[in-house]
Amino acid sequence: MINIVYRLKSPKFFEEAIDEVDLDGVVVRPTHLSICQADQRYYQGSRPSEVLDEKLPMALIHEAIGEVVFDSKGNFKSGDKVVMIPNTPLCDDIYAPNYSYNSKFRGSGFDGFTSDLINLPRDRVVKIPDNFNLNVSAFIELISVAYQGITKFKQIAITPKDKLGVWGDGNLGFITALLLKELFPESKIIVFGKHQENLNLFSFADEIYRIHDADGVTIDHAFECVGSSASQTAIDQIIDLINPQGTINLFGVSEYPVPINTRLVLEKGLTIQGNSRSDREDFIGVVETLKQNPLLFEYLEKLITNVCEINSLNDLKESFDRDYISKFGKTILKWNI
Amino acid sequence: MIFAAILAGGIGSRMGGTDTPKQFLTLGNKPVIVHTIEKFVINDKIDKIIVLTPKNFINHTNHLIDKYISDSDDIIVIEGGQTRNDTILNSINYINENYGIDEDSIIITHDSVRPFVTHRIIEDNILAAKKYGACDTVIPATDTIVESINGATIESIPVRDYYYQGQTPQSFNIKKLFNLINSLTEEESNILTDACKIFILKDEDVHLVDGDVTNIKITYPYDLKLANTILEDIHD
Repeated sequence: MINIVYRLKSPKFFEEAIDEVDLDGVVVRPTHLSICQADQRYYQGSRPSEVLDEKLPMALIHEAIGEVVFDSKGNFKSGDKVVMIPNTPLCDDIYAPNYSYNSKFRGSGFDGFTSDLINLPRDRVVKIPDNFNLNVSAFIELISVAYQGITKFKQIAITPKDKLGVWGDGNLGFITALLLKELFPESKIIVFGKHQENLNLFSFADEIYRIHDADGVTIDHAFECVGSSASQTAIDQIIDLINPQGTINLFGVSEYPVPINTRLVLEKGLTIQGNSRSDREDFIGVVETLKQNPLLFEYLEKLITNVCEINSLNDLKESFDRDYISKFGKTILKWNI
Repeated sequence: MIFAAILAGGIGSRMGGTDTPKQFLTLGNKPVIVHTIEKFVINDKIDKIIVLTPKNFINHTNHLIDKYISDSDDIIVIEGGQTRNDTILNSINYINENYGIDEDSIIITHDSVRPFVTHRIIEDNILAAKKYGACDTVIPATDTIVESINGATIESIPVRDYYYQGQTPQSFNIKKLFNLINSLTEEESNILTDACKIFILKDEDVHLVDGDVTNIKITYPYDLKLANTILEDIHD
């Protein structure tokens, strides 16, 4: 079937394009989308030019929910609300789909969710209840990344989990700290950040420190949600404050290689685990967690700084510009194009 | 009930160079009309899809639907009329004879040669027709509109901001449309080229639904060539 896709042609320039989709999976109409830093890097043109040349034109956005329009097998009903999984495995693999070379990712290797309709394989959609907050649900993908990292952390952590440290006072730091509080109610959640106004929002955390006032604090395990050039400072501090045999769970993306104090890593016997993206079971885990504790929506709603009605490509452009100047929080797009 | 009427009655006098009506020419790997029908098939709010074609294309259209569309139980092919309004009237008469016309039923009328219509536009038409009784899909005019009565000199240049280009679908409360059509004098009928015009003539509101620049009508050979080029791009 013919489909209209709204692609980034070059930095700051969107265009309509015509695509064809098969009707062999679940056809979803996107309703609420959320901008991620990765989308912003394409839009602003801050990725290396060879990457832009290779990937554009491409539809952006990999965080979205929508409504089922058509399911050839009838498993989903028309109107069912679903969260869409951007990670798409191309074949069976011994590695997890979010780490496999044999997976594509929407808004990175192929078109993201800015289109009239999206045809997804049946296992790439997860139903969400009708009573979910839809603006928050738009960024379930981001929550699932934190969830995925925490699940992996549970598998490798062998020392006590009394004190869990989260570095970073941005969106992912907030979500990770909140999920840790939910999933490890007996642990103390300690947040380390740079911006007092952001840190004030972490009212659910047990302790909050500005990174320059954290002398003498110790933690059992660390979650780095900083990224970019500040990664190095954060990882240095983590290695200093963490107890022996702790785990360092990295989430922050950096365009540059980051030097790490390996001497102390060796001395303390630390485990460093990388985290990226997520897969179906993480989405299901997040939906179940939100079902069990709807209060989480109240906390997560604090992250939303912009809600934009998108009726035209110009609205889409303006929403990216607004998101760019917002220092904190998520921009939600209500998709009416 | 919600009905879709796919208007494929035209014989494409503007297409030139071919005897096949433009809705049956191939776009990508399927006939244009199949692409168009698919957009309505996947919308399960629509109960019946009535395809109106020239009489000698009814069998051909049925074959195409059997060949390309797996879920074709709710598609009916009937004969269109001499004019666009005659074709719409045929669809309404068919509905009246087979299902009856109640107060709430609506009809979404759509050019078979606009295969790029989006799901969003169809959804907005359903909402607007239910709420207001009549709607037309439009985009703001981009070119300056010039009025000339004699075809030689300009009569006036209206303010562009007030002008829109009409696309389809046009959607209506069926009962309202049926009653209005039946109240037309012969003289009024003769000047009506557009179903929305019937509402305007009778002082009834027609609401605007945002169209899309991609929702083009394949009228000239150039349009089909352009549409095929765009589709071929994605197959490379």
